[in-house]
Parts: sequence; C-alpha cells; structure tokens
Amino acid sequence: MTTKKKSAVDRDVLIGMYKQMSLFRRFEERVGLAYTKQKFSGFCHLHIGQEGLAVGVQTALRDSDYMISGYRSHTQAIGKGITPDAVMAELFGKVDGCCRGKGGSMHMFSKEHRFLGGHGIVGGQAPLAVGVGFAIRYRNEDDIIVCYMGDAASNQGQVFEVMNMAATWDLPVLFIIENNRYGMGTDITRTTSVDHLWKRALAFDMAHSDVDGMNVLTVHDHVSEIVETMRKNKKPHLLEALTYRYRGHSVSDPGTYRTKEEVEDYQKNRDPILGLARFLIENKFASEEELKAWDTEAKELSKSAEAFADESPQPAVEELWDHVLVP
Amino acid sequence: MAILTFREALNQAIAEEMTRDADVFLMGEEVGLYNGAYKVSKGLLDQFGPKRIWDAPISEAGFAGLGVGAAMAGLRPIIEFMTWNFGIQAFDQIVNHAAKMLYMSGGQFNMPIVFRGPNGAAHMLGAQHSQAYEAMITNIPGLKVVTCSTPYDGKGLLKSAIRDNNPVLFLESEMMYGLKGEVPDEEYLIPLGKGDIKREGSDVTFIAWNKALHKATEAAEELAKEGISVEVLDPRTLQPLDEDLIFESARKTHRVVIIEESWSFGSVGSQISDRIHSECFDDLDAPVVRVTNEFVPMPYNEAQEDRVLPQVDRIIAAAKKVLYIKD
Repeated sequence: MTTKKKSAVDRDVLIGMYKQMSLFRRFEERVGLAYTKQKFSGFCHLHIGQEGLAVGVQTALRDSDYMISGYRSHTQAIGKGITPDAVMAELFGKVDGCCRGKGGSMHMFSKEHRFLGGHGIVGGQAPLAVGVGFAIRYRNEDDIIVCYMGDAASNQGQVFEVMNMAATWDLPVLFIIENNRYGMGTDITRTTSVDHLWKRALAFDMAHSDVDGMNVLTVHDHVSEIVETMRKNKKPHLLEALTYRYRGHSVSDPGTYRTKEEVEDYQKNRDPILGLARFLIENKFASEEELKAWDTEAKELSKSAEAFADESPQPAVEELWDHVLVP
Repeated sequence: MAILTFREALNQAIAEEMTRDADVFLMGEEVGLYNGAYKVSKGLLDQFGPKRIWDAPISEAGFAGLGVGAAMAGLRPIIEFMTWNFGIQAFDQIVNHAAKMLYMSGGQFNMPIVFRGPNGAAHMLGAQHSQAYEAMITNIPGLKVVTCSTPYDGKGLLKSAIRDNNPVLFLESEMMYGLKGEVPDEEYLIPLGKGDIKREGSDVTFIAWNKALHKATEAAEELAKEGISVEVLDPRTLQPLDEDLIFESARKTHRVVIIEESWSFGSVGSQISDRIHSECFDDLDAPVVRVTNEFVPMPYNEAQEDRVLPQVDRIIAAAKKVLYIKD
C-alpha cells in the first residue's frame, strides 16, 4: 500500500480502520453463510471487497452528516452507527432489526444515526440525497450528505436530473459512484459512453475526482479534503471510487460474466484489508498477532450478531398494519 | 365571506401555511417568477422570497424526489406539478419512495409532503394532457389522495394536506381555477378523509368529485324539474374514502349513481360501487350504475372529447335507470 503523501491519520485511527474493515468482511461472510443456511430469504447483496471505500468514507465524516445508499448497504449502515446486531436482526426479519423486520437487506434505516436507507430502486436514492442537501442549505447547516450509488445507477435518468439541481443550487451532496465495474452481470463498458464515470460531472460543471477505492487510507484522505471543502462552499462533488466486489451481484449470481483470474487478482493484489495490514506491519503500527486478534474479534462480533438475530423474536404478525400512515 | 376564485383560494391556503410554518416551501415548474402556470402561486415569490419559492427545472422525478428527501430531513415540501400528466414522470419517487418510506423504515421516517396539480381532462388538450390518475394513485398503500370541487373545499383541504404528516396527492383541475365561490375570511380547515353532502336529496345519490361534481349537480337540477330528488355527495378524499358517509347516503336513498371523469376499469368508482354492494346490498333498490369516460385515449376533437366524458344527459339516463323510469 502506497500513498502519494503522508496521511495525517494516527495509529489509533489506522487500527480502527483495520478493525472496521475486518468486521465488515467477516460480517458479510457470515451474512452469506446465514443466507445459504436459509436463515433468511429475499435478495442479499454483499459488499465483500469494497470495505476500503466504506471505511475510508465513514472515517472522513462526522456523526451529524447524512448518508444514503442503494441496496448493497449492510456495512455502510453499520459504519454510520447501526449495530451489527440490529442489521443482522433486520436481515432475519426480526423485531430487533433496525426497521423491526419491515425493511430487510435492501432497506436499512436509522433516523438517529442519519442513515437514510437502504434503497432498492437503482438510482432512486439520488433525488432523496439532493433533497437532504436542500434541507441542509435551507437551514444553513454545514453537514453534508453522502449519496452512494453503483456504476450502473449512474445511467439512471433521475440521477442526471438531480446532479443538475445540486450543481445549479449549490447543495452539499457528495455523490460517490462505487464503480465495481459490473452492473449486475453487465460490464460497464458495454452500457456506458464514457470511460470514466467522474466525467458525468462535466455535464453539470460539478467538482469531481476519482480515487482508488481499494485503498482505505487514500479514500480517507481524499474524502476528508472533499468534505472540508464542501462544508465551506456547500457545493456538490462527484467522486468515482474504483472498487471491486468479490462475490456475485447477489447471492444467487454464479458470476459467469467475469474470469476467476480477474477476481483472484483483486483478492491477492489489491485487497483493502491485506493492503492496510501490510502498511501497519511495515510501519510497525501492529504485529501479526495483533492483526490476527482483531480479525478474531471481528469474527466473534459477527457470530454474536447472528446469535442475537437468531434469538430475537419475530414481530407480531399484527405489526403489518403499523406504519402505513402516521395518525 | 369573500368570493374567491379557486386559484385564489389555493393560493391563500399555501400562503397561510407558509406563514404559519417556516419548514413549508413550494417547488415546481414556473411557480416563482412566472407566478405559476395557472397562477395558483401568484405573488408568493414576492411574499416569501426565493429561499421558499423554488422554480424547478423540467425534471419532475428529480424535484419530486428532492421533496421526498427534504421531507425525510424534516421539511414540509409542497411539490407542484404543472399537470399530473407530467407528475407521472415522478411516479417512481411517489410510489417507490414517498409511499413506502415510513413503512420500510419501520416507522422512522414519516413523509410530510404534498404533491399537487391539475388532474384529468381540461378542454381539447389532447391525449397526453388529459389522463385522470385517481384510479392509479388510490391503489397504493401509504398515500392519501385528496380532490376538491369548490374554492372553499380546496382551501380547507389543502391546508390540512400541508399539515398532514403523510404524503398527500392533491388533485385540482385546469377548468376550475377560475371558478368562484364563497370562502370565509377567518381561518378554517377541512379534515382529510371526510366527504361532504353538496346537495340533500331522497330519491337517488350521485357520488362525484372534482370537475364531475359540477356535471352531477347540473344533472340533479334538471332532475329536480321532473320531481326527482337527488343527493349529491363529494367524497373529497379518495384515499382513505369516507365510507361511512357513502353508506349512510346509499341507505337513505337506496339508489346510487357514481360519476367520474376517469375510465371504468378498476377505478375509484368501481371501488365505491363494490363497497356499496358489499355493505349496503339489502338497502339497495337497484344495482349501482357508473358513468365514466369511454375507454379510449382522450381525443382532441371537441365533439369527440365531449362524447368521451360523462355529460348531463348520460348522468340523467343513469339516474333514470336506477329509478326504473322509462322515458
């Protein structure tokens, strides 16, 4: 792992990043296993491989910042403050889930932690993000909202509409395109006219950049700079983060559209967790034993989240009548 | 009591609620500097300034979704569609986002937002500007649907809609903006979910809303000359329906005609008819008869358009059918 300039983050932050990425990895592995054990059903999109981006962004934000995402957002929700227990229980459709079992894998929400979903209509969250940016400006606050979307969502018409509005009206929305190169099973080059998705911003005269999403420290430093600027100028920014998912689009995806070698290359040579591990060892911030212990901790946390979700009661069937409308 | 046009009454409702609550803002195409395509927002930009009256780009999905996001962050948006025919560009945001946010977040994010604009046929606007949407939008749990036929109702209902903590779809009509009616000088609200008897009668009940209410009233006046006493009922809120009032009137007159400027298949009228047949079967002296648009896209030609829409002669014929009167 190399960085262009020395990061300002200290050892504690680095170790926090390592622990969080390990948790995200182990949590999602456990989610995948729980799915194959038929502990829950429906759709399930895992974020394995993309932890560097999630953690690099999360650590660049403050608690009062908002975040909204698409359907691959279990770990982003945890990063924003929802407990692994509550996310796992939500996956299991249980009453202790962050949405009392009404949301499921694609719809994690926490008003308290300003995590605004968890959305299943590709690109549909972008207008919501711009609305939050509008509200921030309306109230003269200096929070920002991070709006995650996938590479394929960047082709959705609504996204263009609201990028235009955010740029025209100076709304503090950080659009982050998680470019993992495949929109479900379709290589982005087969559906998209531009070679770099940050070029979308050119149409709106919007600030833009790209970042190696497999490098947590690079992401953290870069996003920190963007956020600092945004708090001052209130303007939107489009960040293309180059990343890669190791698993299929969803758990039912056999992955026939890409080669095994390609996946292995990322896993061996560009993995965000291995990358940070090397950095920590080389700089003597941590020992092999410590890394292993933190990974074990992550496994234990995930295991206990599963146990929590197992034990959480089913919501009463009658709860189906709740929350259609407020009185 | 002042005599106001419909547009003035709606304008007062918006102005009063914006004065009352600083979180209320209006966004839509041409609502500001142009003073509204139909002048409903006339003068509001001068009164409230550009921070609260927003001219939107021609991006219905975008600005409707912006409203949804702003509502998630606690504002109370009024989103104006120049016509609901443009509003369906935003159906994803209304149906997939606004209607479902409270539910899928397990009760965390309520949605205090109003989407409003003219609905249904006006006069010779052609097929793409003449659709009536009540059948579609009342079929979606999580939305309230309100319509209005008089300036008095329009003002009182719109004020309640703006104060409601749920998404409210508010249906107006291009043809009625100039319609004059009495509006009290003092403040008043009309609760959502409550219908109104516009004309008392004993022989047959006409159920109609929006522009069709006036055709129904005209037909009732004609029938009165023949000694037939018609009760005219305006449900005002189509979702949720004021079933109590509808059943009460059906049990009183024993005969019901439903008049709607919408199409017959799976319509609000067919729902009302179903409910009356289910709940008031023993009270009926005749099956409910419905007068609807002919099942074709709206023709431009004036005579053809008149033939498609319910007219007084068809309503009178329907009344005579349920009264078993042969001419």
